[in-house]
Amino acid sequence: MYVVVAGGGKVGWNLARELIEKGNEVTLVENNRQRYLAIEEELEHAVQYGDASELWVLERAGIQRADLVIAVTGDDEDNLLVCQIAREKYLCDRIIARVNNPRNLQWFELLGVQPAVSATDLILRLIEHEVPSYGLVHLLDLPAEQLEIIEVEVTPGAPAAGMAVADLGLPEGSLVISVLRGGNGFVPKADTVIEESDEVLLVLDPGLEDAIMEQFAPVAQGAS
Amino acid sequence: MFVLIVGAGRVGSQVAKAALASGHTVSVLDEDPLSHERLDEGQRTTWEDSGGRFTVGHAIEVEALLEAGIEDADVFIASTNGDNTNLVIAQIAQKRFEVDRVMVRVMDPARARWYAEQGLSTICPTIAAIDEFKSALEVV
Repeated sequence: MYVVVAGGGKVGWNLARELIEKGNEVTLVENNRQRYLAIEEELEHAVQYGDASELWVLERAGIQRADLVIAVTGDDEDNLLVCQIAREKYLCDRIIARVNNPRNLQWFELLGVQPAVSATDLILRLIEHEVPSYGLVHLLDLPAEQLEIIEVEVTPGAPAAGMAVADLGLPEGSLVISVLRGGNGFVPKADTVIEESDEVLLVLDPGLEDAIMEQFAPVAQGAS
Repeated sequence: MFVLIVGAGRVGSQVAKAALASGHTVSVLDEDPLSHERLDEGQRTTWEDSGGRFTVGHAIEVEALLEAGIEDADVFIASTNGDNTNLVIAQIAQKRFEVDRVMVRVMDPARARWYAEQGLSTICPTIAAIDEFKSALEVV
């Protein structure tokens, strides 16, 4: 795979190195001369000097034949523009943008630059995952497709505890796809009985979280 | 008309003053409070006394845009010193806030041309300078 990476900061440099180690062809574009020279000592011809939001710089980096364009500079406007140009002018199907300020996420969505990755958001997700009292973890959000996958830990005394999946009476638009019990995951059948402290994975339409939580981890018995 | 100008540098501040003088409602947004001085300079009264509005804030922050009145704007001018910032906020004005007339200053001719093809009204001072130099050379 041929990958163009815009921005040789900590993220871009390490990303380029990892991608090369995995056997990809990579061109990293960095517009700070000092930084470029430092990277060039290690990555040699895989790094180019220039402003990745200039079209000729992108073309010199071979954007026309890129399978993937990743914009990870420290500037959200630059990342937005590079990805927008990559997709709309150079018709690159696959783009990934870094969002430095999570408040700018809405603009990445507005301009169709997806996926947009925010380190702040990722850490927030990890906090959700690491702090079990939080109850519900979003594993995957696909807002455009109106779909999400969540994980919820069954609290003691929850309505779902002791019930077979078929009898749960889950709201329309939700489905139990996996159960994690004692460190093992399995795909439940209709007669699988949900137990306390199971971690249940569900796929659902956005907006059904509250109804799901009532069954698996009602607030009264939940978060403490 | 309500004209919102983002970026009160040499260009933005002069356009703002001219628009106010020709009777438009003018609001200016700039992240640097000092840029206000450029709006007062050479005027008999202060910018606000002349009826102008000024908001300090970053152009890409939705709160700043709202405070500067983007929802009421008929014309949006992006004239910060960053091409990419201008191109992003111009598209925000167009797509999110549906401002009727959006104009954007882009120094880089290549980006100015391409975004013009995509339907943005780009103004590229660099192209103007190149043309002027070229025609000046023809006279020599």
